[in-house]
Amino acid sequence: MIIKKRIDPFFWIAVFSTSTVVAFILFPLVEMVIQPSFQDLKEAAKDPDVLRSIWLSIYTAGMAALISFIIGTPFAYLLARKEFPGKKLVESIVDLPIMIPHPVVGIAILGIAGQNHWLGQIMQQVGIHIMGTVTGIVTVLTFVGLPFYVNTVKSGFEAIPVRLENVSRSLGASLTGTFFRVTFPLAWRSMLVGIIMCCARAISEFGAVVIVAYHPMIAPVMIYERFTAYGLKYSQPVAVWLIVVCLTLFLLLRILSLPKESKAKRG
Amino acid sequence: MINIESLRIELPGFTLQDIDLSIQDGEFFTLLGPTGAGKTLVLEAIAGIVPISGGRIFIKGRDITHLPPDQRGIGIVYQDYALFPHLSVLENITYGLRYHKADPQTSGKRVKKLMGQLGLRALAQRSIQHLSGGEKQRVSLARALAVNPSVLLLDEPLSALDPNFREEIREVLKKLHQRLETTFLMVTHDFAEALFLGQRTAIINRGIIEQIGPVSEVFRKPLTPFTAKFVGMKNVFPAIFNGSRILVDGLEMQAETMFKGDEGYVAIRPEDVLIRQEAVTGNGFNVFGGKVLDITDRGPYYEISAKTGKVIFKAMLTKSDLLEMGLSETKNVNIVIRPSDIHAF
Repeated sequence: MIIKKRIDPFFWIAVFSTSTVVAFILFPLVEMVIQPSFQDLKEAAKDPDVLRSIWLSIYTAGMAALISFIIGTPFAYLLARKEFPGKKLVESIVDLPIMIPHPVVGIAILGIAGQNHWLGQIMQQVGIHIMGTVTGIVTVLTFVGLPFYVNTVKSGFEAIPVRLENVSRSLGASLTGTFFRVTFPLAWRSMLVGIIMCCARAISEFGAVVIVAYHPMIAPVMIYERFTAYGLKYSQPVAVWLIVVCLTLFLLLRILSLPKESKAKRG
Repeated sequence: MINIESLRIELPGFTLQDIDLSIQDGEFFTLLGPTGAGKTLVLEAIAGIVPISGGRIFIKGRDITHLPPDQRGIGIVYQDYALFPHLSVLENITYGLRYHKADPQTSGKRVKKLMGQLGLRALAQRSIQHLSGGEKQRVSLARALAVNPSVLLLDEPLSALDPNFREEIREVLKKLHQRLETTFLMVTHDFAEALFLGQRTAIINRGIIEQIGPVSEVFRKPLTPFTAKFVGMKNVFPAIFNGSRILVDGLEMQAETMFKGDEGYVAIRPEDVLIRQEAVTGNGFNVFGGKVLDITDRGPYYEISAKTGKVIFKAMLTKSDLLEMGLSETKNVNIVIRPSDIHAF
């Protein structure tokens, strides 16, 4: 007798929701990628304005990630390792940029960088300009990307047993020595993932950047401009190139961050 | 020598109170206590890992109370080994060498010797991920000892190991201690480990030291009800003393020595409580007629609960004795206790 295996209805619910979610995300993106003709794509790739905007997007997002890496790493370490009064408050403050509407971020930054604010006055005196500059774009992107870096790396540090650091200290290594010989080698993958998260968030930013710097144009602003001025057909090729370049970069970083099957492991 | 004076650590919900300890050079000292007693805290305070609220700590006369962990000259071995997962066995062992000012030849020889003693030479290039628990703990020991610390702190080093590895590492620890001049301070909750390894011990409970002394003395002569129970004296009762007569809940017993004071506790090891079916006379033994309440299989032996009057005694019987006697629950028996086996405090 053949016993029929009864499949739980939940299985079908799961299959349905999975396919819906995947289709919901992929369908518009795939359609957008295949809609422009090869000729349109070729033309866009030759357009210096398009190239410049895509490069600027990558450059400014990369700078935001670099700044997040430099100032965010010690901060994430502190959050992961130390208990102090007001820690919960500090953690909530870090998450604020995730929750604030994007144009508000731009307006807030302009508010302190303008001539009417003492900080803006000092910045102008030392030659730092925010409005309509690459510096402005990097500032905004760091603002929105930093929380993603800090939260990711904080989890990475938390996953490293504090005992490893204690042992290192007991063996004579200073706090700095311990960080570079134990903590960093065990946490660099989470830092790379943090950089990917920060970059991804920064590259997709539009609302805050458009307020602070319409020019020089980053790719999302250019896509928006072409869409409003010339319509869908002209904005699509730029969008496709931005997606292709970003996906390639993220894929490369992602592969780097995957744990290797080390030779020693089998040894 | 390690000298701890009035050490106090205050944590949310737990306080380690006024710990005073003096551990001799080269001694194997154990800190014994149940989980949550605060014994690991003492260890971490010596290592400089937890902030302390008061007191001072000296190692070889040097006040290390406020020194950072890297300047204390101590080694730590944890129960979960805490090996650096990104380094090989050899890299783990030699990790601390660069921070110690011995010439490379001496330290190289030392590491080689240690690895030989711990049977690690063949594993030098291996990744630590695929070592057995016993191997991991040997690497952890070698790493801590490679920098020639004056004190080796061991935090339950046997607890995470399988029984066969546990025995192996216990032997390794004993041999290492005999060969080296290092002071060993081990935290454990297992009295058998302390009995096998330690010379002196401190019993710690709820952040307070209950008793300090040679392990065998603590084993034979506990000074508090907690210590008595902790060292396996399952029969601990409040008692009233009258010379060498003892009254436990209406039951009168004869002890060997005269007691000072009127009140206190008596403690009797379960292996010293004899269960007999035949009548027992003479020799000044304490003999009480009673009834078996419960027989529990404890693996290598049986634990018998027998009641006489209002008092319930715990006794131990081997399997063969139990079978021979044909003992079962509700049977009437004689409970026999030698006066010399009664410990009072």
